[in-house]
Amino acid sequence: MRKMDKIILEMRGITKTFPGVKALNNVNIKVREGEIHALVGENGAGKSTLMKVLSGVYPAGTYEGDIVYDGEVRRFSTIADSEHLGIIIIHQELALVPLLSIAENIFLGNEIASGGVIDWRETFSRTRELLAKVGLKEAPATLITDIGVGKQQLVEIAKALSKKVRLLILDEPTASLNETDSDALLRLLMEFRAQGMTSIIISHKLNEIKKVADNITILRDGGTVETLDCHKEDISEDRIIKGMVGRDMEDRYPSREPKVGETLLEVKNWNVFHQHHRDRQFLHDVNFTVRAGEVVGIAGLMGAGRTETAMSIFGRSWGHKITGEVTMRGKPVDVSTIPKAIDAGLAYVTEDRKHLGLVLINNIKENTTLANLEGVSRSGVIDDRKETKVATDYRSLLRIRSHSIYQETVNLSGGNQQKVVLSKWLFTNPEVLILDEPTRGIDVGAKFEIYSIINQLAAEGKGILMISSEMPELLGTCDRIYVMNEGRIVAELSKAEASQETIMRAIMRSGEKH
Amino acid sequence: MAGQTSASNQTSIGAYLKNNIREYGLLVALVVIMVFFQIITQGVLFRPVNITNLILQNSFIVIMALGMLLIIVAGHIDLSVGSIVAFTGGLSAIMLVKWGIHYSIVVPICLVLGGIVGAAQGYWVAYQKIPSFIVTLAGMLVFRGLTYLVLQNRPIGPFPKDFQSLSTGFVPDLLYFVNPAPETIANFFSLVVVLVLVALAVYFGLKNRAINEKHGTENEPFVFFVLQMAVTAIVAIFLGYQLATYKGFPNVLVVMALLIALYTFLTNRSTIGRRIYAMGGNEKAAKLSGINTERLTFYTFVNMGVLASLAGMIIAARLNSATPKAGVGFELDVIAACFIGGASASGGVGKITGAVIGAFIMGVMNNGMSIVGLGIDYQQLVKGLVLLAAVFFDVYNKNKG
Repeated sequence: MRKMDKIILEMRGITKTFPGVKALNNVNIKVREGEIHALVGENGAGKSTLMKVLSGVYPAGTYEGDIVYDGEVRRFSTIADSEHLGIIIIHQELALVPLLSIAENIFLGNEIASGGVIDWRETFSRTRELLAKVGLKEAPATLITDIGVGKQQLVEIAKALSKKVRLLILDEPTASLNETDSDALLRLLMEFRAQGMTSIIISHKLNEIKKVADNITILRDGGTVETLDCHKEDISEDRIIKGMVGRDMEDRYPSREPKVGETLLEVKNWNVFHQHHRDRQFLHDVNFTVRAGEVVGIAGLMGAGRTETAMSIFGRSWGHKITGEVTMRGKPVDVSTIPKAIDAGLAYVTEDRKHLGLVLINNIKENTTLANLEGVSRSGVIDDRKETKVATDYRSLLRIRSHSIYQETVNLSGGNQQKVVLSKWLFTNPEVLILDEPTRGIDVGAKFEIYSIINQLAAEGKGILMISSEMPELLGTCDRIYVMNEGRIVAELSKAEASQETIMRAIMRSGEKH
Repeated sequence: MAGQTSASNQTSIGAYLKNNIREYGLLVALVVIMVFFQIITQGVLFRPVNITNLILQNSFIVIMALGMLLIIVAGHIDLSVGSIVAFTGGLSAIMLVKWGIHYSIVVPICLVLGGIVGAAQGYWVAYQKIPSFIVTLAGMLVFRGLTYLVLQNRPIGPFPKDFQSLSTGFVPDLLYFVNPAPETIANFFSLVVVLVLVALAVYFGLKNRAINEKHGTENEPFVFFVLQMAVTAIVAIFLGYQLATYKGFPNVLVVMALLIALYTFLTNRSTIGRRIYAMGGNEKAAKLSGINTERLTFYTFVNMGVLASLAGMIIAARLNSATPKAGVGFELDVIAACFIGGASASGGVGKITGAVIGAFIMGVMNNGMSIVGLGIDYQQLVKGLVLLAAVFFDVYNKNKG
């Protein structure tokens, strides 16, 4: 093994607080020069926040603790400061301009120019060199929108190389890549390591981490759990999971005695074409049922079609050329517009609460009643006292922490924002609630509260359809789990049958078939 | 967790002032500007005849600002209102003057036509998702062109007397028989109305506070309530008295006041108003909450068309002629009024009272600078700077808070 003794980066005692949430609590991490250092942890464990502190997205002074890079304490106040020293971060959502070319994107903000005039010849030849380094065979003039996500990821890396990167940080680089592209990317990282470059990789895919990492630092609930040295011992995936989860499943999910009743929602032969690529069928013959008092999960990888299924049912808010049948309590219902879907007894709690769930500049009260203003008004005039009472009641029922119902929702923590979205939908008195990633980006305590609310709703006889990318969450809360892959339901598992392995196996097996 | 609920209904005065700095700031700015011009014009500004003029000159800007505010809150803009003013003014002139139709028929027809014009633009914005800036820029050209066409490049006038008096007339003195001082007070009725309105405002203000207290809703600090009531009452009574010594209330003042009341109610209390604010704040979230955002957008443009048409008739009647050049540049005054009044260019934020005060700030400046004899060059320059300053004040406050 190469010698990797020099510590290139040390983050000491990093603490970062947001209104209502302590995102990082005394985090410590040491990264050696020339290694691939993996950073793992559950959603909300603080990985991305830590990297934002490192790269200067959260400037010095907004957090506590020290960043020691290359032997000196650094205080970055902008991203440019950290980039200047060769720390480059590639975010999960790629920061490329779709309608500019590969070359233009690589040198965006860093153009090869004299006196403001771009030297295209030099730009293109440098781009070709960089593309060769990352193994991407595309012309520099190709537009970003015309290449796939895997290649876009490589363009991002080429862009990092153009900035003389010394420490490359990749946030979930393979999350939206297929296997071949993922492998290529990982091989590239190993090549860079051979050339002496340091990388930090954030990933959920433990098998990949096992393949490439030299050291693994585990975060949980905003704190460092441990750092595992992959060269000293053979680290199994279970060993990593143990560190990430840290405690038994029972603690994380409130228990519940399911009392399953009649079938509420049934979806039959649901076929949907893609919203934008209109000749591409996206969902194929999706069938499922949700019964009263039941929590039903939909598992699947990113892009499997789970959110699209939910949104296309909820008032055709996604897709086109939608065919199929939806019944409630055995009777066909019209869900062709959102108001009709709401009338039919459906509610959809979106995965993207900031953009699709809340009017952030409005207060808790206004958001709570938005989907059912009729419930607090008479002939088009809002009854202020009634509305205030409704909002106050939900605020205490769901324990929304705020100084009053007049607080703007933009100032609430993620968990409390999610509770406001839930309030909004509960006030429409739905029979079936579709919850899309209901605990994404909220801290562990708030998650437990959301699970408790879900249990309470099920106990009241409502049907819950829960979409989640966190398998333990589905396993911990659901009575039955559907598995989706590539727009199809590929398995239906009872609580007894369901496990991470059976779900993954169902996904893999269906992937081979198509 | 209940411990974190709002414990007190008594917000501290400092905190209250900080939260409401925009609204008070705007009122204070209007008062300061008025006092400034009162001094600099050596008392001409507050003369009864000038106050009457101020109202007549600005009524149509205020009326259009009501509709424009809804459009801006919804996240759009309407550049065509100046052209709609000319177009509907022209149509009304043709019907009244050329065809000799009675105004009681022409006025509703023109309002409907205005609505159709608004619908014609709203359709492209709401259902075809073309940016309103482009649609109404096209509308601005199209309706200006149509105005030239229907008027055949010539002004039409004069209007029948009864139609004219709608815009330039005054509410008659219904209480002339009990007027205690006929030699100074020309219209006793208007003075009585002002006093009654002020009394009602105080009564309902106090009543509302009492109800709020009972239900535990937040009240503004009492000092502010008294101060606000006192200032409003003094200003209202003073202006009412001044008007009463001249000819009383102009008809358009009554129309304007009723519309302001209606739209304030609409924005504060109605489901439609709430939905427009939600849509402007986050259109996707509003849509996913079951709000028909297309229809709502469509109707805000229809509404704007109707109000612009009303303004068009008021202007035509006031000038006693419909000209192809009527209303040129009005859209800018109307939009500026909304932004000075605190509306946000990205939608979701703005108040009717703000837009009205914004319109009067513009109006008083126009009027005052004209009296002083400042040329149109300086007038434009000053107005532009005031607009920029007002919006900067907003942005500054937002970033600081």
